[in-house]
Amino acid sequence: MPTLEGMVPFRARGFAPRDIPAASVGTLIGLLALWQAAASFGWISTAFTSDPFSIGRALWILARSGQLWVNLWASLQRLAIGWVVGTVAGLALGLVVGLFTVARSPGMAVVSALFPVPKIALVPLFIIWFGIGEGSKVATLAFGVFFPTVINVVAGIDGVPRSLIRMGQAFNMSWRSIVLKIVLPGALPVILSGFRITTSTAIILLVAAEMIGAEKGIGAFVLEAGNLYDIDNLLAGLVLLSVIGLVVSWVLGRLERALLAWR
Amino acid sequence: MSASAVRLTARGVTHAFHALTVLEGVDLDAAPGEVTVVIGPSGCGKSTLLGILGGLLAPAAGEVRLAGAAGGECLNPITYVFQDASLLPWRSVAGNVSLVLEDTPLPASERPARIAEVLAQTKLSDFAAAWPKQLSGGMRQRVGIARALAVRPAVLLMDEPLSALDAQSRALLLDDFAALIARASVTCVYVTHNLAEAALLGQTIVVLSRRPGKVRAVRRIEQPIEGRHPEDPRLLEVQAELWELIRDDAAKAEREIAGADA
Ligand SMILES: Nc1ncnc2c1ncn2[C@@H]1O[C@H](COP(=O)(O)OP(=O)(O)O)[C@@H](O)[C@H]1O
Ligand SMILES: [Mg+2]
Repeated sequence: MPTLEGMVPFRARGFAPRDIPAASVGTLIGLLALWQAAASFGWISTAFTSDPFSIGRALWILARSGQLWVNLWASLQRLAIGWVVGTVAGLALGLVVGLFTVARSPGMAVVSALFPVPKIALVPLFIIWFGIGEGSKVATLAFGVFFPTVINVVAGIDGVPRSLIRMGQAFNMSWRSIVLKIVLPGALPVILSGFRITTSTAIILLVAAEMIGAEKGIGAFVLEAGNLYDIDNLLAGLVLLSVIGLVVSWVLGRLERALLAWR
Repeated sequence: MSASAVRLTARGVTHAFHALTVLEGVDLDAAPGEVTVVIGPSGCGKSTLLGILGGLLAPAAGEVRLAGAAGGECLNPITYVFQDASLLPWRSVAGNVSLVLEDTPLPASERPARIAEVLAQTKLSDFAAAWPKQLSGGMRQRVGIARALAVRPAVLLMDEPLSALDAQSRALLLDDFAALIARASVTCVYVTHNLAEAALLGQTIVVLSRRPGKVRAVRRIEQPIEGRHPEDPRLLEVQAELWELIRDDAAKAEREIAGADA
């Protein structure tokens, strides 16, 4: 038998990654600085790329000329309307499917059949139906947001512990109260995390729809800049999209923290 | 508060989940204002029986009846205390009690006083604003009983409310529960697999056999609940008797594979 002697070694190292907020900011700034240096010192050709200063200047010029706001406003409007319409409709159908047997199988069958269709493929159809204007774009977004919302709401409702619903019934709570005070708040965490998916889907569809037929909007602007080999403006458009994504995600994070403080 | 004058009677209650017969011809009489303990090995159908008694499960056969007058203040005649407390995690302690008052005729203006009253009774006054996740298991069960008392039930159905707790919390809560139940003077059916709880709380003790649950024996303890002491030799004797009755069944139930006889 081996003899054991000495200190017990500590063995529980690692497997505990931590977040360092300063490191996230530092990394991004470092990468931008590296990019700028690479361009300034001629390590990379700027014929087909750009550099942070040039992109910043492009954004400044766009802002001064007002072009930035026109495109941004057009995109944000479509994004907001499309997302809200799709979300409200998705919440409504999700509730019905989540709560009623008669709606469940039919509803899920339709949703499952249409969910996998790439929504971008519907843009031509929507242009025929709703015209080349705002209608087709908003419809594309709304459609793309609708299906994942339904699926999320149903999953959220299914995840509410039945024991809590039985509790409500055992206290003779009305159907309406059970839905409003038990089912919906219980499904809220899943619904809110679904919003992260649907907002990013909406941004993808927004750009795609704007590239297919729009005069204004960030998608149209990026496409046009590409056609003109104007890489500064093209990347300025991408920066705007990234900022929109970050802002949306920040807002959702705040919303989650405010509404889900109990977790 | 006037004593509950409601009697709860079950006759020939039989229930099966698919091919698994869980209860067979169970008769039960919960006398007005008394505590009827249902005891039996785990898996014998105690929760199923309680669900049937409270109208949360429809029995395959048999019936459950109520008879008598509930107190004038009663807002929910048949009220539960659940094994897992079943609190809404997104409502504070006070909010969880409020929940069950919001759909009742109790005027909203009287709600805060009612909530404060039951929180005081269950020693929770300092925790009114706490989230359930901040509470220990014992405190959560206190909220469960506060919530049940708030609606002034005529019949109180309690499903192993202490079984998820450690021994110390259980002993502390048991004392408080005994006093609260005695004072609220409701007709109470208390399910447990714990012999000490049965002897401390039961006025009538119904012993179920292992699955399918049938009534094996009914035992009376005439001594009032308040003032019972866990070391009382008479109660220890009752415990020993109960253990004799369920030991073989408990041993067999332990070796059972869930659904093997289905
Ligand atoms: N909803 C259900 N579906 C199928 N089987 C169930 C269901 N509820 C309980 N059972 C089974 O019925 C038996 C009795 O359950 P239960 O009443 O919870 O027992 P106890 O409360 O005495 O431990 C167990 O074997 C359990 O697995
Ligand atoms: Mg049980």
